[in-house]
Amino acid sequence: MIRYTIGRVTSLFLSLVVASMVIFAVVEVVPGDPAAYMLGVNARPDTIAALRTELGLDMSAPERYLSWTSGMLRGDFGTSYTYRTPVTQMILDRIVVSLPLAILALGLTVLIAFPAGIYAASRRGKLGDMGVMGATQLGVAVPNFWFAMILVLIFAVKLRWVSAGGFPGWGHGILPGLKALILPAIALALPQAAILARVMRSSLLDMLGEDFIRTARAKGLTRRQALWRHAVRNALIPVLTIIGLQFSFLLAGGIVIEQIFFLPGLGRLIFQAISARDLIVVESVVMLLVALVIIVNFAVDLAYAAVDPRLRVRA
Amino acid sequence: MSKLTTFLLAGTTALFATAAFAQHPHLNVAMQLEPPNLDPTAGAAQAIDSVVYSNIFEGLTRFMSDGSVVPGLAESWDISEDGLVYTFHLHSGVTFHDGTTMDAEDVKFSLDRARAEDSTNAQKGLFASIADVSVVDPLTVRITLSAPNGSLLFNLAWGDAVIVAPESIGEAATHPVGTGAFMFQDWVQGDHIDITRNPNYWGTPAVLETATFRFISDPTAAFAALMAEDVDVFVGYPAPENLPQFEADPRFQVLVGNTEGETILAMNNGREPFNNRLVREAVAHAIDRQAIIDGAMYGLGTPIGTHFAPHNPDYVDLTALSNYDPERARQLLTEAGYPDGFTTVMTLPPPSYARRGGEIIAAQLRAVGIQTEIQNQEWAQWLETTFRGHDFGLTIVSHTEPMDIGIYANPDYYFQYDNPAFQALMSTLNETTDPAQRTALLQQAQRIIAEDYVNAYLFELAVPTVARTGIEGLWRNQPTAAIDLTAVSWP
Repeated sequence: MIRYTIGRVTSLFLSLVVASMVIFAVVEVVPGDPAAYMLGVNARPDTIAALRTELGLDMSAPERYLSWTSGMLRGDFGTSYTYRTPVTQMILDRIVVSLPLAILALGLTVLIAFPAGIYAASRRGKLGDMGVMGATQLGVAVPNFWFAMILVLIFAVKLRWVSAGGFPGWGHGILPGLKALILPAIALALPQAAILARVMRSSLLDMLGEDFIRTARAKGLTRRQALWRHAVRNALIPVLTIIGLQFSFLLAGGIVIEQIFFLPGLGRLIFQAISARDLIVVESVVMLLVALVIIVNFAVDLAYAAVDPRLRVRA
Repeated sequence: MSKLTTFLLAGTTALFATAAFAQHPHLNVAMQLEPPNLDPTAGAAQAIDSVVYSNIFEGLTRFMSDGSVVPGLAESWDISEDGLVYTFHLHSGVTFHDGTTMDAEDVKFSLDRARAEDSTNAQKGLFASIADVSVVDPLTVRITLSAPNGSLLFNLAWGDAVIVAPESIGEAATHPVGTGAFMFQDWVQGDHIDITRNPNYWGTPAVLETATFRFISDPTAAFAALMAEDVDVFVGYPAPENLPQFEADPRFQVLVGNTEGETILAMNNGREPFNNRLVREAVAHAIDRQAIIDGAMYGLGTPIGTHFAPHNPDYVDLTALSNYDPERARQLLTEAGYPDGFTTVMTLPPPSYARRGGEIIAAQLRAVGIQTEIQNQEWAQWLETTFRGHDFGLTIVSHTEPMDIGIYANPDYYFQYDNPAFQALMSTLNETTDPAQRTALLQQAQRIIAEDYVNAYLFELAVPTVARTGIEGLWRNQPTAAIDLTAVSWP
């Protein structure tokens, strides 16, 4: 287990270093000067030059890379060009929206997908199975932003149960905050739940064909008992992989949903920063998301080892 | 009638009575883009001015909704015979929101800062003619010009020329402190900005107690937010196709106003084939303005024939010079030596007037033999390659700065029009202060660029505002980017 963990940690750090280089290079290559963007079409060249100096954009690219990465190691992401506020603070302000949204959406995903997948597997080929599979087919096919618009039209415009978007801030209490996040979470969760339910079902069906299930049945367990006691746990490995990927997706991929519900999350921040060429914000937020994805995958790797003891030995 | 019913009735009456007399003290305002920061003296983003202009910050002069310039923090001024010295008399008893007094020192500080060597003011050119700013006494400021400038009072009304205090300007990006009828309260970045009424305002106090600005860029979300009554006013509503629906709904009023945005199909005058006047004339005749207004803007917009706002009293209607005549366009192309047309690159920035208008223009040009290769660009990319790099054949953009015909006097400007006669005319205009003479010069300038077909002039951009029925005091027009709430009230 220790050697396995050390191996994983090393690859984690290498991935982060490579990622930081790639992100910096890509953002540098994209045309567009943040100072020129901020000052618009009437700005004089000497004004743009003065602003570039003020923002530290006149340093060379390697110098800026080093100052960015060394700052990050100290927990300082620099200062936003356009907002003129520390990037660390901006990220903290946004992550308190994006992280709860992702967790809520993932919770809903699991809550919907596990029962649906297990139910479908236990009713294989019967009407219930076909019903669940049909519904998930629809869920996979329909994009989440469309779900989002329909949800807004029904629950905000027609029924007026919740507002059409925006976020009151956690300062006004937990409940109003959750209320603002519930529609976006549902819109994000439905397509993910459809995917996860299908994975759960097929993974369970694979297990049900294995020898150890036949042994369990031979021992006298009913089909349902064998499924619950032996198959579900073994079917979890592929499901965990998907959940790990889905969490990263939900955290980073909420851009469209955050636009529709005008939520002040990380996705919206990155969207605004890219169009303003607020390079330091783009680099830092993307770096953070990449780091989260890598760390989540690392956690999933460790979770495999916890679920499947053979992996600890093999590594 | 039982006692209970009487009690209930009395209660209901009281309830209605309070509802009828109570002013809604709060307004939720939405706009498309969030300001990057709140310092109007250090950035060109219109969203900054939309929030802070007149609400939080004020200048010596100010724009009214009809575009006129009236006294602001200066209650009056004297102009010397030679037009070189302006003496401004400031209102007394004006304080900044932090309690410090606004006086002549602050005016000197603000103007000197804007025109300084290392200034990061996006409109530094507005202050170019100022040679010196001096304090006469705490309520009198003298501005000396290097040459007469007929537009000084107009220039000082811009959001980039507001009066700020040396004590608070350092924090203005996130915590603006001005002299306006509203004070900045709170900004949750990405979500909203709260402002609250200034109890110590020197002028007529605002009716609203508080207001919240929200930022909704997605058209569907904008529609839902209004329909769900989450926002009371949407300035610059992004989906003109829904406007008839709001007009039919008794809960809403729709105001369509004009802006200072001349939307043009700019041509690269410095490069073949657009350095040939005949080609530019052909392009102008190939374009059907009304089809673009109807197709791309759902009918919102006024056709223009030159680079000037049609609601300005000095405007000359020159649309007939470039009427839609594809046959004439083909003839002109043949005359210019392009009987089979040519291929060129058209770059399009993100706004819908450019993206949707570009598709229609491409089809209209194709009909006379001009093939366009469309490149969609983000603003930052457009600024770098098209605007600064001059790497384009055609592009579509709306010039939203007020009274900006002077850009045609700059041969390095992106469309690279170099006409010494026009440049001389603009210098004369700058030195002319007599209104009648200025009108004559401005009209002559409009004719020169229209007859030279520098660009194809499409339409004046309109701004739709959707508001709850009964809200009064909103600006219909946008002579400058501003959502001035100082006179807004609920019924």
